Amino acid sequence: MIGLAAGGPPRPGAPGGPSGSVPATTAVVDDAPRTDAAPTRLLRAWYRTGRADLAAHESVHGTLPLPGRHDHGWPGRLVELVHSSGLAGRGGAGFPSARKLDAARVARPGPILAVNAMEGEPASAKDQVLLAHAPHLVLDGAQLVAAAVGASGIVLCMAHERLPGSLGVQAALDERRAAHVDARAVEIVGPPGRYISGEESALVSWLGGGFARPTFRASKATPLTIRRRPVLVHNAETLAHVALIARHGVPWFRAVGPPDSPGTCLVTVSGTVRLPGVQEIALGTPIASVIGDADPVAEVQAVLVGGYGGTWVPAGLLPTPFAPASLRAIGADTGAGVLVALPRAACGLVETARLATYLAAEGAGQCGPCLHGLPAIAADLTSLAHGYGDGDVLARLQHRMGAVDGRGACRHPDGAVRLVRSALRVFADDVTRHAAGHPCPGRAHSPVLAPAGHAGREEHRWRYGP
Amino acid sequence: MAIRTLTLRLRVDPIACDAFGYCAELLPELIALDEWGYPVVADLEVPPHLVDLARRAVRDCPRRALHLEKVPGRTR
Repeated sequence: MIGLAAGGPPRPGAPGGPSGSVPATTAVVDDAPRTDAAPTRLLRAWYRTGRADLAAHESVHGTLPLPGRHDHGWPGRLVELVHSSGLAGRGGAGFPSARKLDAARVARPGPILAVNAMEGEPASAKDQVLLAHAPHLVLDGAQLVAAAVGASGIVLCMAHERLPGSLGVQAALDERRAAHVDARAVEIVGPPGRYISGEESALVSWLGGGFARPTFRASKATPLTIRRRPVLVHNAETLAHVALIARHGVPWFRAVGPPDSPGTCLVTVSGTVRLPGVQEIALGTPIASVIGDADPVAEVQAVLVGGYGGTWVPAGLLPTPFAPASLRAIGADTGAGVLVALPRAACGLVETARLATYLAAEGAGQCGPCLHGLPAIAADLTSLAHGYGDGDVLARLQHRMGAVDGRGACRHPDGAVRLVRSALRVFADDVTRHAAGHPCPGRAHSPVLAPAGHAGREEHRWRYGP
Repeated sequence: MAIRTLTLRLRVDPIACDAFGYCAELLPELIALDEWGYPVVADLEVPPHLVDLARRAVRDCPRRALHLEKVPGRTR
Protein backbone atom coordinates (compact mmCIF):
# COMPACT_ATOMS: atom_id res chain seq x y z
CA MET A 1 0.00 0.00 0.00
CA ILE A 2 1.25 3.44 -0.83
CA GLY A 3 1.73 5.45 2.31
CA LEU A 4 1.08 8.82 0.76
CA ALA A 5 -2.55 9.76 0.72
CA ALA A 6 -3.41 12.04 -2.16
CA GLY A 7 -4.40 14.75 0.35
CA GLY A 8 -1.11 15.11 2.20
CA PRO A 9 1.93 17.11 1.23
CA PRO A 10 4.08 15.10 -1.14
CA ARG A 11 7.22 15.78 0.85
CA PRO A 12 7.91 17.03 4.30
CA GLY A 13 8.58 20.73 4.42
CA ALA A 14 5.37 22.02 2.84
CA PRO A 15 3.33 24.13 3.35
CA GLY A 16 5.36 27.20 3.03
CA GLY A 17 7.92 25.21 1.17
CA PRO A 18 11.50 24.83 2.30
CA SER A 19 12.22 28.36 1.12
CA GLY A 20 9.54 29.57 3.50
CA SER A 21 8.62 32.58 1.41
CA VAL A 22 5.63 33.20 -0.79
CA PRO A 23 6.60 35.35 -3.74
CA ALA A 24 4.07 38.04 -4.56
CA THR A 25 4.11 37.30 -8.24
CA THR A 26 6.56 35.73 -10.60
CA ALA A 27 6.38 33.79 -13.79
CA VAL A 28 10.02 32.86 -13.71
CA VAL A 29 10.78 29.43 -12.36
CA ASP A 30 14.26 28.61 -11.24
CA ASP A 31 15.21 25.13 -10.24
CA ALA A 32 16.66 25.21 -6.76
CA PRO A 33 13.98 25.75 -4.17
CA ARG A 34 14.75 22.77 -1.94
CA THR A 35 17.73 22.27 0.24
CA ASP A 36 18.90 19.35 -1.92
CA ALA A 37 19.40 19.57 -5.69
CA ALA A 38 16.14 17.90 -6.71
CA PRO A 39 14.14 20.13 -9.05
CA THR A 40 10.56 21.06 -8.31
CA ARG A 41 8.61 22.13 -11.31
CA LEU A 42 5.24 20.42 -11.23
CA LEU A 43 4.75 20.78 -7.50
CA ARG A 44 6.38 24.17 -7.21
CA ALA A 45 3.26 26.19 -6.40
CA TRP A 46 2.32 23.69 -3.73
CA TYR A 47 5.75 23.77 -2.11
CA ARG A 48 5.88 27.56 -2.25
CA THR A 49 2.41 28.33 -0.98
CA GLY A 50 0.97 25.14 0.50
CA ARG A 51 -2.12 25.77 -1.59
CA ALA A 52 -3.46 24.33 -4.81
CA ASP A 53 -5.90 27.06 -5.78
CA LEU A 54 -5.86 29.28 -8.87
CA ALA A 55 -4.37 32.31 -7.09
CA ALA A 56 -1.46 30.26 -5.75
CA HIS A 57 -0.98 28.64 -9.14
CA GLU A 58 -0.94 31.95 -11.02
CA SER A 59 1.27 33.64 -8.44
CA VAL A 60 3.97 31.06 -9.10
CA HIS A 61 3.44 30.09 -12.73
CA GLY A 62 1.73 33.13 -14.21
CA THR A 63 -1.46 33.07 -16.24
CA LEU A 64 -2.39 30.59 -18.93
CA PRO A 65 -0.70 31.62 -22.21
CA LEU A 66 -3.61 30.93 -24.58
CA PRO A 67 -3.31 32.38 -28.11
CA GLY A 68 -5.01 35.54 -29.27
CA ARG A 69 -8.12 35.17 -31.40
CA HIS A 70 -6.34 35.82 -34.69
CA ASP A 71 -3.02 34.17 -33.92
CA HIS A 72 -3.26 31.41 -36.54
CA GLY A 73 0.38 30.46 -36.24
CA TRP A 74 0.10 29.63 -32.57
CA PRO A 75 -0.96 25.95 -32.81
CA GLY A 76 2.01 25.16 -35.02
CA ARG A 77 4.36 27.01 -32.69
CA LEU A 78 3.12 25.14 -29.63
CA VAL A 79 3.52 21.77 -31.33
CA GLU A 80 7.01 22.81 -32.48
CA LEU A 81 7.83 23.83 -28.92
CA VAL A 82 6.73 20.45 -27.57
CA HIS A 83 8.66 18.76 -30.36
CA SER A 84 11.91 20.62 -29.59
CA SER A 85 11.46 20.04 -25.87
CA GLY A 86 11.75 16.29 -26.41
CA LEU A 87 8.85 15.67 -24.06
CA ALA A 88 7.81 12.03 -23.92
CA GLY A 89 4.54 10.75 -22.47
CA ARG A 90 4.61 10.11 -18.72
CA GLY A 91 1.85 7.51 -18.70
CA GLY A 92 4.06 4.49 -19.27
CA ALA A 93 4.59 4.05 -22.99
CA GLY A 94 6.93 7.06 -23.26
CA PHE A 95 5.75 7.98 -26.75
CA PRO A 96 7.01 11.37 -28.04
CA SER A 97 4.20 13.79 -27.17
CA ALA A 98 4.66 15.99 -30.25
CA ARG A 99 4.07 13.03 -32.61
CA LYS A 100 0.64 12.53 -31.06
CA LEU A 101 -0.08 16.24 -31.45
CA ASP A 102 1.01 16.18 -35.10
CA ALA A 103 -1.40 13.38 -35.87
CA ALA A 104 -4.23 15.00 -33.91
CA ARG A 105 -3.78 18.39 -35.58
CA VAL A 106 -4.58 17.10 -39.04
CA ALA A 107 -7.41 14.86 -37.85
CA ARG A 108 -10.92 15.76 -39.00
CA PRO A 109 -13.34 16.13 -37.34
CA GLY A 110 -11.49 17.82 -34.47
CA PRO A 111 -10.46 15.29 -31.83
CA ILE A 112 -11.68 14.85 -28.29
CA LEU A 113 -8.87 15.33 -25.78
CA ALA A 114 -8.93 12.71 -23.03
CA VAL A 115 -6.79 13.52 -20.00
CA ASN A 116 -5.73 10.15 -18.64
CA ALA A 117 -5.53 10.18 -14.85
CA MET A 118 -6.84 6.63 -14.46
CA GLU A 119 -3.67 5.44 -12.75
CA GLY A 120 -4.66 1.77 -12.68
CA GLU A 121 -1.16 0.81 -11.57
CA PRO A 122 -1.56 -0.03 -7.86
CA ALA A 123 1.98 1.04 -6.96
CA SER A 124 1.57 4.47 -8.55
CA ALA A 125 0.00 7.56 -6.98
CA LYS A 126 1.62 10.30 -9.05
CA ASP A 127 -1.39 11.39 -11.08
CA GLN A 128 -3.59 11.50 -7.99
CA VAL A 129 -0.98 13.55 -6.14
CA LEU A 130 -0.54 15.86 -9.12
CA LEU A 131 -4.27 16.47 -9.50
CA ALA A 132 -4.68 17.08 -5.80
CA HIS A 133 -1.73 19.48 -5.51
CA ALA A 134 -1.37 21.07 -8.94
CA PRO A 135 -4.73 20.63 -10.69
CA HIS A 136 -4.37 23.95 -12.53
CA LEU A 137 -1.14 22.89 -14.18
CA VAL A 138 -2.83 19.78 -15.62
CA LEU A 139 -5.87 21.81 -16.68
CA ASP A 140 -3.63 24.48 -18.26
CA GLY A 141 -1.87 21.79 -20.26
CA ALA A 142 -5.20 20.35 -21.37
CA GLN A 143 -6.41 23.77 -22.57
CA LEU A 144 -3.18 24.41 -24.46
CA VAL A 145 -3.17 21.04 -26.18
CA ALA A 146 -6.90 21.28 -26.94
CA ALA A 147 -6.34 24.71 -28.52
CA ALA A 148 -3.33 23.47 -30.50
CA VAL A 149 -5.17 20.53 -32.06
CA GLY A 150 -8.57 22.22 -32.37
CA ALA A 151 -10.17 19.74 -29.99
CA SER A 152 -13.94 19.64 -29.83
CA GLY A 153 -14.01 18.82 -26.14
CA ILE A 154 -11.97 17.79 -23.10
CA VAL A 155 -12.72 14.91 -20.75
CA LEU A 156 -10.72 14.26 -17.60
CA CYS A 157 -10.73 10.54 -16.81
CA MET A 158 -10.31 9.45 -13.21
CA ALA A 159 -11.03 6.00 -11.81
CA HIS A 160 -14.68 5.79 -10.77
CA GLU A 161 -13.65 4.66 -7.28
CA ARG A 162 -11.62 7.84 -6.84
CA LEU A 163 -14.26 10.32 -7.99
CA PRO A 164 -15.03 11.35 -4.40
CA GLY A 165 -11.39 12.46 -4.26
CA SER A 166 -11.85 14.53 -7.42
CA LEU A 167 -13.53 17.34 -5.48
CA GLY A 168 -10.29 19.32 -5.60
CA VAL A 169 -10.26 19.12 -9.38
CA GLN A 170 -13.93 20.06 -9.52
CA ALA A 171 -13.22 23.06 -7.31
CA ALA A 172 -10.34 24.00 -9.59
CA LEU A 173 -12.66 23.85 -12.60
CA ASP A 174 -15.21 26.04 -10.79
CA GLU A 175 -12.51 28.61 -10.02
CA ARG A 176 -11.44 28.67 -13.66
CA ARG A 177 -15.01 29.08 -14.85
CA ALA A 178 -15.55 32.00 -12.48
CA ALA A 179 -12.31 33.62 -13.65
CA HIS A 180 -12.99 32.88 -17.35
CA VAL A 181 -9.63 31.18 -17.71
CA ASP A 182 -10.62 28.40 -20.04
CA ALA A 183 -11.61 28.46 -23.68
CA ARG A 184 -13.12 24.96 -23.46
CA ALA A 185 -15.21 23.22 -20.84
CA VAL A 186 -13.79 20.14 -19.12
CA GLU A 187 -15.94 17.22 -18.09
CA ILE A 188 -14.80 14.84 -15.35
CA VAL A 189 -15.72 11.22 -16.03
CA GLY A 190 -15.11 8.05 -14.02
CA PRO A 191 -14.58 4.77 -15.86
CA PRO A 192 -14.23 1.67 -13.64
CA GLY A 193 -10.79 1.75 -12.02
CA ARG A 194 -9.39 -1.58 -13.11
CA TYR A 195 -5.72 -2.31 -13.71
CA ILE A 196 -6.07 -2.05 -17.48
CA SER A 197 -9.01 0.31 -17.88
CA GLY A 198 -6.62 3.25 -18.32
CA GLU A 199 -5.00 1.55 -21.32
CA GLU A 200 -5.59 3.92 -24.23
CA SER A 201 -7.91 1.76 -26.31
CA ALA A 202 -9.84 0.62 -23.20
CA LEU A 203 -10.38 4.22 -22.16
CA VAL A 204 -11.59 5.23 -25.61
CA SER A 205 -13.88 2.19 -25.75
CA TRP A 206 -15.48 3.25 -22.45
CA LEU A 207 -15.78 6.89 -23.53
CA GLY A 208 -17.61 5.69 -26.62
CA GLY A 209 -20.22 3.91 -24.50
CA GLY A 210 -18.54 0.50 -24.47
CA PHE A 211 -16.59 -1.52 -21.93
CA ALA A 212 -13.36 -0.27 -20.37
CA ARG A 213 -11.43 -3.09 -22.02
CA PRO A 214 -8.70 -2.91 -24.66
CA THR A 215 -9.80 -3.24 -28.26
CA PHE A 216 -8.10 -4.77 -31.28
CA ARG A 217 -6.67 -2.45 -33.89
CA ALA A 218 -5.50 -3.61 -37.27
CA SER A 219 -2.33 -1.59 -36.71
CA LYS A 220 -0.94 0.69 -34.05
CA ALA A 221 -1.17 3.50 -36.59
CA THR A 222 -4.95 3.18 -36.71
CA PRO A 223 -6.29 6.16 -34.77
CA LEU A 224 -8.60 5.57 -31.81
CA THR A 225 -12.02 7.01 -32.50
CA ILE A 226 -15.49 7.41 -31.05
CA ARG A 227 -18.05 7.29 -33.86
CA ARG A 228 -15.35 8.37 -36.32
CA ARG A 229 -14.21 11.26 -34.12
CA PRO A 230 -10.54 10.79 -33.19
CA VAL A 231 -9.57 10.78 -29.54
CA LEU A 232 -6.26 12.18 -28.36
CA VAL A 233 -5.21 10.60 -25.06
CA HIS A 234 -2.56 12.27 -22.93
CA ASN A 235 -1.43 11.38 -19.44
CA ALA A 236 -2.18 14.06 -16.81
CA GLU A 237 1.49 14.59 -15.94
CA THR A 238 2.44 14.96 -19.61
CA LEU A 239 -0.04 17.82 -19.95
CA ALA A 240 1.32 19.53 -16.84
CA HIS A 241 4.77 19.52 -18.49
CA VAL A 242 3.24 21.04 -21.64
CA ALA A 243 1.83 23.85 -19.49
CA LEU A 244 5.34 24.60 -18.21
CA ILE A 245 7.04 24.28 -21.60
CA ALA A 246 4.54 26.76 -23.09
CA ARG A 247 5.51 29.27 -20.39
CA HIS A 248 9.22 28.78 -20.00
CA GLY A 249 10.37 27.38 -23.33
CA VAL A 250 12.63 24.63 -24.52
CA PRO A 251 16.04 25.60 -23.02
CA TRP A 252 14.43 25.83 -19.60
CA PHE A 253 12.80 22.41 -19.98
CA ARG A 254 15.98 20.81 -21.25
CA ALA A 255 18.11 22.30 -18.48
CA VAL A 256 17.34 19.21 -16.42
CA GLY A 257 17.68 15.56 -17.40
CA PRO A 258 19.63 13.83 -20.19
CA PRO A 259 19.42 15.29 -23.73
CA ASP A 260 17.50 12.28 -25.08
CA SER A 261 14.90 12.35 -22.28
CA PRO A 262 14.90 15.80 -20.73
CA GLY A 263 12.85 17.22 -17.89
CA THR A 264 11.58 16.01 -14.59
CA CYS A 265 9.14 13.25 -13.82
CA LEU A 266 7.05 12.14 -10.90
CA VAL A 267 7.92 8.83 -9.29
CA THR A 268 6.07 6.88 -6.64
CA VAL A 269 8.40 5.21 -4.17
CA SER A 270 7.22 2.49 -1.81
CA GLY A 271 8.39 -0.72 -0.18
CA THR A 272 10.91 -0.82 2.61
CA VAL A 273 11.30 2.95 2.99
CA ARG A 274 10.45 5.33 5.81
CA LEU A 275 9.09 8.03 3.47
CA PRO A 276 6.99 6.33 0.82
CA GLY A 277 5.21 8.62 -1.60
CA VAL A 278 5.54 10.74 -4.70
CA GLN A 279 8.74 12.61 -5.53
CA GLU A 280 9.61 14.82 -8.46
CA ILE A 281 13.01 13.92 -9.83
CA ALA A 282 15.19 14.97 -12.72
CA LEU A 283 15.17 12.21 -15.30
CA GLY A 284 18.55 10.54 -15.12
CA THR A 285 18.72 10.59 -11.32
CA PRO A 286 20.26 7.30 -10.16
CA ILE A 287 17.63 4.88 -8.81
CA ALA A 288 19.77 4.50 -5.69
CA SER A 289 19.53 8.18 -4.82
CA VAL A 290 15.76 8.26 -5.35
CA ILE A 291 15.42 5.30 -2.99
CA GLY A 292 17.93 6.99 -0.67
CA ASP A 293 15.74 10.12 -0.50
CA ALA A 294 12.86 7.95 0.66
CA ASP A 295 15.06 6.67 3.49
CA PRO A 296 15.29 2.86 3.32
CA VAL A 297 14.67 1.15 6.63
CA ALA A 298 16.35 -2.13 5.68
CA GLU A 299 18.96 -3.40 3.25
CA VAL A 300 17.45 -3.27 -0.25
CA GLN A 301 18.03 -6.42 -2.33
CA ALA A 302 16.20 -5.25 -5.46
CA VAL A 303 13.86 -2.55 -6.73
CA LEU A 304 10.77 -3.12 -8.84
CA VAL A 305 11.00 -0.47 -11.57
CA GLY A 306 8.10 0.75 -13.74
CA GLY A 307 5.13 -0.95 -12.16
CA TYR A 308 3.59 -4.36 -11.62
CA GLY A 309 4.26 -5.17 -15.25
CA GLY A 310 7.79 -3.83 -14.79
CA THR A 311 11.25 -5.16 -14.06
CA TRP A 312 13.19 -6.18 -10.97
CA VAL A 313 16.52 -4.38 -10.82
CA PRO A 314 19.08 -5.96 -8.45
CA ALA A 315 20.92 -3.96 -5.79
CA GLY A 316 24.11 -3.98 -7.85
CA LEU A 317 22.44 -2.06 -10.69
CA LEU A 318 20.80 0.62 -8.56
CA PRO A 319 23.31 3.30 -9.63
CA THR A 320 21.56 3.10 -13.03
CA PRO A 321 20.04 6.49 -13.99
CA PHE A 322 16.25 6.56 -13.99
CA ALA A 323 15.84 7.45 -17.67
CA PRO A 324 14.50 5.49 -20.65
CA ALA A 325 17.80 4.82 -22.45
CA SER A 326 19.75 3.79 -19.34
CA LEU A 327 16.94 1.55 -18.14
CA ARG A 328 16.51 -0.01 -21.58
CA ALA A 329 20.17 -1.04 -21.43
CA ILE A 330 19.43 -3.16 -18.36
CA GLY A 331 16.14 -4.55 -19.70
CA ALA A 332 13.87 -2.19 -17.76
CA ASP A 333 11.91 0.97 -18.50
CA THR A 334 10.50 3.94 -16.63
CA GLY A 335 6.91 2.73 -16.97
CA ALA A 336 4.59 4.76 -14.79
CA GLY A 337 7.46 5.96 -12.58
CA VAL A 338 7.10 3.26 -9.95
CA LEU A 339 9.94 2.23 -7.64
CA VAL A 340 9.33 -0.42 -4.97
CA ALA A 341 12.23 -1.30 -2.67
CA LEU A 342 12.35 -4.95 -1.66
CA PRO A 343 14.09 -5.66 1.66
CA ARG A 344 16.75 -8.38 1.85
CA ALA A 345 14.60 -10.34 4.31
CA ALA A 346 11.67 -10.73 1.88
CA CYS A 347 11.50 -13.33 -0.88
CA GLY A 348 11.46 -11.92 -4.40
CA LEU A 349 9.85 -15.05 -5.83
CA VAL A 350 7.00 -15.05 -3.33
CA GLU A 351 6.41 -11.34 -3.96
CA THR A 352 6.46 -11.82 -7.73
CA ALA A 353 4.12 -14.83 -7.53
CA ARG A 354 1.61 -12.65 -5.69
CA LEU A 355 1.86 -9.96 -8.38
CA ALA A 356 1.61 -12.51 -11.19
CA THR A 357 -1.57 -13.90 -9.61
CA TYR A 358 -2.99 -10.39 -9.41
CA LEU A 359 -2.06 -9.57 -13.02
CA ALA A 360 -3.60 -12.85 -14.21
CA ALA A 361 -6.89 -11.94 -12.54
CA GLU A 362 -6.77 -8.35 -13.77
CA GLY A 363 -6.68 -9.23 -17.45
CA ALA A 364 -9.78 -8.31 -19.41
CA GLY A 365 -10.35 -11.98 -20.17
CA GLN A 366 -10.63 -11.31 -23.88
CA CYS A 367 -7.59 -12.91 -25.49
CA GLY A 368 -7.02 -16.64 -25.10
CA PRO A 369 -3.25 -16.61 -24.52
CA CYS A 370 -3.65 -14.06 -21.70
CA LEU A 371 -6.85 -15.57 -20.27
CA HIS A 372 -5.34 -19.06 -20.02
CA GLY A 373 -1.63 -18.30 -20.05
CA LEU A 374 -1.31 -15.78 -17.22
CA PRO A 375 -3.10 -17.96 -14.63
CA ALA A 376 -0.94 -20.92 -15.72
CA ILE A 377 2.22 -18.82 -15.38
CA ALA A 378 1.09 -17.50 -11.98
CA ALA A 379 0.36 -21.04 -10.79
CA ASP A 380 3.76 -22.29 -11.99
CA LEU A 381 5.57 -19.44 -10.27
CA THR A 382 3.55 -19.87 -7.06
CA SER A 383 4.39 -23.56 -6.88
CA LEU A 384 8.04 -22.76 -7.55
CA ALA A 385 8.10 -19.97 -4.96
CA HIS A 386 6.58 -22.14 -2.28
CA GLY A 387 8.78 -25.12 -3.01
CA TYR A 388 6.16 -27.60 -4.18
CA GLY A 389 6.84 -27.35 -7.90
CA ASP A 390 7.57 -30.55 -9.80
CA GLY A 391 10.86 -31.04 -11.62
CA ASP A 392 9.53 -29.55 -14.86
CA VAL A 393 8.09 -26.37 -13.42
CA LEU A 394 10.88 -24.07 -14.53
CA ALA A 395 10.96 -25.38 -18.10
CA ARG A 396 7.18 -25.21 -18.30
CA LEU A 397 7.18 -21.66 -16.99
CA GLN A 398 9.74 -20.56 -19.57
CA HIS A 399 7.80 -22.25 -22.36
CA ARG A 400 4.52 -20.68 -21.31
CA MET A 401 6.03 -17.22 -21.07
CA GLY A 402 7.20 -17.60 -24.66
CA ALA A 403 3.69 -18.68 -25.64
CA VAL A 404 2.04 -15.61 -24.08
CA ASP A 405 4.49 -12.79 -24.81
CA GLY A 406 3.19 -10.44 -27.48
CA ARG A 407 0.00 -12.39 -28.16
CA GLY A 408 -2.64 -10.13 -26.65
CA ALA A 409 -4.55 -7.23 -28.16
CA CYS A 410 -2.85 -5.04 -25.54
CA ARG A 411 0.50 -5.22 -23.73
CA HIS A 412 -0.92 -6.62 -20.49
CA PRO A 413 0.42 -10.18 -20.98
CA ASP A 414 3.79 -8.77 -22.09
CA GLY A 415 4.09 -6.84 -18.82
CA ALA A 416 3.32 -9.90 -16.73
CA VAL A 417 5.89 -11.96 -18.64
CA ARG A 418 8.48 -9.24 -18.33
CA LEU A 419 7.96 -9.14 -14.55
CA VAL A 420 8.29 -12.91 -14.12
CA ARG A 421 11.30 -13.16 -16.44
CA SER A 422 13.10 -10.45 -14.50
CA ALA A 423 12.31 -12.23 -11.23
CA LEU A 424 13.79 -15.50 -12.51
CA ARG A 425 16.90 -13.58 -13.57
CA VAL A 426 17.39 -11.35 -10.53
CA PHE A 427 16.42 -13.94 -7.94
CA ALA A 428 18.22 -16.79 -9.75
CA ASP A 429 19.82 -18.09 -6.54
CA ASP A 430 16.41 -18.27 -4.91
CA VAL A 431 15.06 -20.12 -7.94
CA THR A 432 17.72 -22.80 -7.52
CA ARG A 433 17.08 -23.15 -3.79
CA HIS A 434 13.30 -23.13 -4.09
CA ALA A 435 13.36 -25.63 -6.97
CA ALA A 436 15.42 -27.95 -4.78
CA GLY A 437 12.76 -27.67 -2.09
CA HIS A 438 14.91 -25.84 0.48
CA PRO A 439 12.89 -23.81 2.97
CA CYS A 440 13.00 -20.03 2.44
CA PRO A 441 12.91 -17.72 5.46
CA GLY A 442 11.55 -14.90 3.26
CA ARG A 443 8.26 -16.74 2.81
CA ALA A 444 7.16 -15.66 6.26
CA HIS A 445 7.95 -11.98 5.60
CA SER A 446 4.88 -9.73 5.55
CA PRO A 447 3.93 -8.82 1.97
CA VAL A 448 5.90 -5.90 0.53
CA LEU A 449 3.70 -5.77 -2.55
CA ALA A 450 0.10 -6.45 -1.60
CA PRO A 451 -2.31 -5.66 -4.41
CA ALA A 452 -5.93 -5.32 -3.38
CA GLY A 453 -8.38 -7.98 -4.41
CA HIS A 454 -9.85 -7.67 -7.84
CA ALA A 455 -13.41 -7.38 -9.09
CA GLY A 456 -14.98 -10.04 -11.29
CA ARG A 457 -14.90 -10.08 -15.06
CA GLU A 458 -18.65 -9.81 -15.74
CA GLU A 459 -19.33 -7.35 -18.53
CA HIS A 460 -21.30 -4.85 -16.47
CA ARG A 461 -18.28 -4.38 -14.21
CA TRP A 462 -16.28 -3.09 -17.17
CA ARG A 463 -18.95 -0.48 -17.78
CA TYR A 464 -20.16 0.48 -14.32
CA GLY A 465 -17.52 -0.84 -11.95
CA PRO A 466 -17.88 -3.38 -9.13
CA MET B 1 15.58 -2.69 -60.90
CA ALA B 2 14.16 -2.31 -57.43
CA ILE B 3 10.48 -3.09 -57.18
CA ARG B 4 8.45 -2.25 -54.12
CA THR B 5 6.13 -5.15 -53.43
CA LEU B 6 3.22 -5.90 -51.18
CA THR B 7 3.40 -9.17 -49.34
CA LEU B 8 0.62 -11.04 -47.57
CA ARG B 9 0.77 -11.84 -43.90
CA LEU B 10 -1.69 -13.56 -41.59
CA ARG B 11 -2.79 -11.83 -38.43
CA VAL B 12 -5.10 -13.03 -35.66
CA ASP B 13 -7.48 -10.75 -33.81
CA PRO B 14 -6.87 -12.29 -30.37
CA ILE B 15 -10.04 -10.81 -28.90
CA ALA B 16 -12.29 -12.32 -31.55
CA CYS B 17 -10.50 -15.69 -31.64
CA ASP B 18 -12.21 -18.47 -29.69
CA ALA B 19 -9.81 -21.32 -30.41
CA PHE B 20 -11.93 -23.23 -32.94
CA GLY B 21 -8.66 -24.24 -34.54
CA TYR B 22 -9.90 -24.61 -38.10
CA CYS B 23 -7.13 -22.34 -39.35
CA ALA B 24 -4.39 -24.60 -38.01
CA GLU B 25 -6.09 -27.58 -39.61
CA LEU B 26 -6.32 -25.87 -42.98
CA LEU B 27 -2.89 -24.30 -42.93
CA PRO B 28 -0.52 -26.25 -40.67
CA GLU B 29 2.40 -24.89 -42.72
CA LEU B 30 1.91 -21.45 -41.16
CA ILE B 31 -0.34 -21.89 -38.14
CA ALA B 32 0.28 -23.96 -35.01
CA LEU B 33 -1.87 -24.16 -31.89
CA ASP B 34 -0.65 -23.35 -28.39
CA GLU B 35 -1.43 -25.58 -25.42
CA TRP B 36 -4.82 -23.87 -25.02
CA GLY B 37 -5.79 -24.27 -28.65
CA TYR B 38 -5.16 -20.72 -29.83
CA PRO B 39 -3.36 -20.15 -33.12
CA VAL B 40 0.28 -19.13 -33.24
CA VAL B 41 0.84 -17.63 -36.66
CA ALA B 42 4.27 -17.72 -38.25
CA ASP B 43 5.54 -14.19 -38.68
CA LEU B 44 6.32 -14.87 -42.32
CA GLU B 45 5.20 -13.76 -45.70
CA VAL B 46 2.53 -16.15 -47.01
CA PRO B 47 4.29 -17.94 -49.89
CA PRO B 48 2.44 -17.83 -53.25
CA HIS B 49 1.57 -21.52 -53.28
CA LEU B 50 -0.24 -21.16 -49.91
CA VAL B 51 -2.20 -18.00 -50.65
CA ASP B 52 -5.36 -19.84 -51.72
CA LEU B 53 -5.30 -21.97 -48.58
CA ALA B 54 -4.69 -18.88 -46.46
CA ARG B 55 -7.69 -17.18 -48.04
CA ARG B 56 -9.79 -20.24 -47.29
CA ALA B 57 -8.62 -20.27 -43.65
CA VAL B 58 -9.61 -16.61 -43.35
CA ARG B 59 -13.02 -17.30 -44.91
CA ASP B 60 -13.73 -20.37 -42.79
CA CYS B 61 -12.92 -18.85 -39.40
CA PRO B 62 -16.22 -18.98 -37.50
CA ARG B 63 -15.18 -15.94 -35.48
CA ARG B 64 -13.84 -13.92 -38.41
CA ALA B 65 -10.68 -13.56 -36.35
CA LEU B 66 -8.10 -14.36 -39.01
CA HIS B 67 -6.98 -11.62 -41.34
CA LEU B 68 -4.81 -11.63 -44.42
CA GLU B 69 -3.05 -8.29 -44.54
CA LYS B 70 -1.09 -6.62 -47.27
CA VAL B 71 2.11 -5.23 -45.86
CA PRO B 72 4.95 -3.50 -47.68
CA GLY B 73 7.47 -6.16 -48.58
CA ARG B 74 11.19 -6.02 -49.05
CA THR B 75 12.55 -4.21 -52.02
CA ARG B 76 14.11 -6.63 -54.42
